[in-house]
Amino acid sequence: MLALDRVSKTYPNGVQALARFSAEIRQGEILAIIGGSGCGKSTLLRAIAGLDRASSGRVTLDSEAIASPHAKIGIIFQEPRLLPWLSVADNIGFGLADLPAAERREKVARALARVGLADKAQAWPRELSGGQAQRVAIARALVPQPEVLLLDEPFSALDAFTRRDLQDHLLDLWADTRPTLILVTHDVDEAVVLADRVLVMRPRPGRLFDQIEINLGRPRDRNSPLFENFKRSVLTSLDRSLDRNVPDRDATQGPGQAMWW
Amino acid sequence: MISDAPVLQQSSEPAESAAAPSRVSRYARPMLSLLLPLILALGWEFMVWSGWSNGRLVPPPSRVFATIADLARSGELIRHIAATLWRVGLGFAFGVIAGTLLGAVSGYWSLARRLLDPTVQALRAIPSLAWVPLFILWLGIFETSKIALIAVGVFFPVYLGVMGAILSVDRKIVEVGRTFRLSGFAMIRRILLPAVLPAYVVSLRVGLGLGWMFVVAAELIGASEGLGYLLLDGQQLGKPAQILAAIVIFAILGKLTDWLIETAAAPFLRWQDAFGRVRGA
Repeated sequence: MLALDRVSKTYPNGVQALARFSAEIRQGEILAIIGGSGCGKSTLLRAIAGLDRASSGRVTLDSEAIASPHAKIGIIFQEPRLLPWLSVADNIGFGLADLPAAERREKVARALARVGLADKAQAWPRELSGGQAQRVAIARALVPQPEVLLLDEPFSALDAFTRRDLQDHLLDLWADTRPTLILVTHDVDEAVVLADRVLVMRPRPGRLFDQIEINLGRPRDRNSPLFENFKRSVLTSLDRSLDRNVPDRDATQGPGQAMWW
Repeated sequence: MISDAPVLQQSSEPAESAAAPSRVSRYARPMLSLLLPLILALGWEFMVWSGWSNGRLVPPPSRVFATIADLARSGELIRHIAATLWRVGLGFAFGVIAGTLLGAVSGYWSLARRLLDPTVQALRAIPSLAWVPLFILWLGIFETSKIALIAVGVFFPVYLGVMGAILSVDRKIVEVGRTFRLSGFAMIRRILLPAVLPAYVVSLRVGLGLGWMFVVAAELIGASEGLGYLLLDGQQLGKPAQILAAIVIFAILGKLTDWLIETAAAPFLRWQDAFGRVRGA
């Protein structure tokens, strides 16, 4: 289980990006974090990834404190961030340098087939379309089999069709090993399609505002009335989070309770 | 990643499809670069041949090539070329090694940069030829002082190029290395080195150009062989054809060694997604 205990982050310039954020995320859960801009979503994700250190508070994975990048935690960024000097296959195998070559080749080949890019194994990253590149990035993050996979607005730079395609694809890949997914997004549709639970954050300083359980089976029908209902409740909560007149919930209570209104 | 079944086979259109250059343009392109010097040479040859100029101070190409042929026959040419190449080669090697090491250290460790870089920049501000008297005093008038001068000339562009390239490596790419828990040597080998390679090749080429410049300076100051000596000898004995012959050979050698670096580096830079690559420039 991944536990965030009163995680705060204040940048050297005095901006408080994150204030006492607490949450517990079950193994295999898909969690979406949504919120207005500047609400500290990405800061939170970087703290979990161990890329940035929290100013105070703790991030623990199975009671092991996370202060630097960890083998069991993978991350996918908004941009694919492929290494341009490595072929697609070598990019996917980048995190497997410690394995014997034969084993690495086999894992990479399987991952390539799994994301439907087997014919692109020897291509350079520059030869890929945006969607293909992001699929390679997903394969690269998943191939070392992390227990937790963090996604920082991974599909926001893609067109609507490719985005849907990759959302379905991500769920399919997730079903293979069921890692914990933590997805930062500003797309309500995406949050409701993917997540078991949506956390709504509130900006300045970034803090937890609300959480909504999405009790829908998978695969989810984007056009069903139930789906629309959940979308509406996330949207309502999001609107309220940006309304200064709505009082804060006590942030120290943490999640685990029903909608409070 | 357990099942083998591809989830999706549909793939978007490939990013580019480079058209194979036609045979005409493949041979025409190198020809194109020879056009201008050829016209100038033929024009001058014609001027002298037709008597519009006596060609004493500016000898026509035929006389320059005759001089080169004479020098080649007597075996002198090879001796001079070998001497100059040896000096440039050694000076370049020392300059590149020192520039790469110090540049990498300054680029990677900010403490080293603060400690080292101001001094190096101050030394760089000294016109390199100002070192000549000192080098001659310290190292004598023979090979050592010449090679040291060339090495100094090569050092600065390589140092600056390596340091600048490391400092400007994309933070996002470095972060990818960090998420895979690379640090120290692994980070340098797997992320920084490949990322700086294109800029490094450019700095090597600039360094080599300066190496050729400084070998002339070194050989003009005092040498009994080498292409620079040919220049000086031609001036003192009033043989402009010999000066031009040496200049032509400098041009050929300079271009050749530059091409060598470019060609040796090309296989490592095929991944580049750059303006020049697409245009085939």
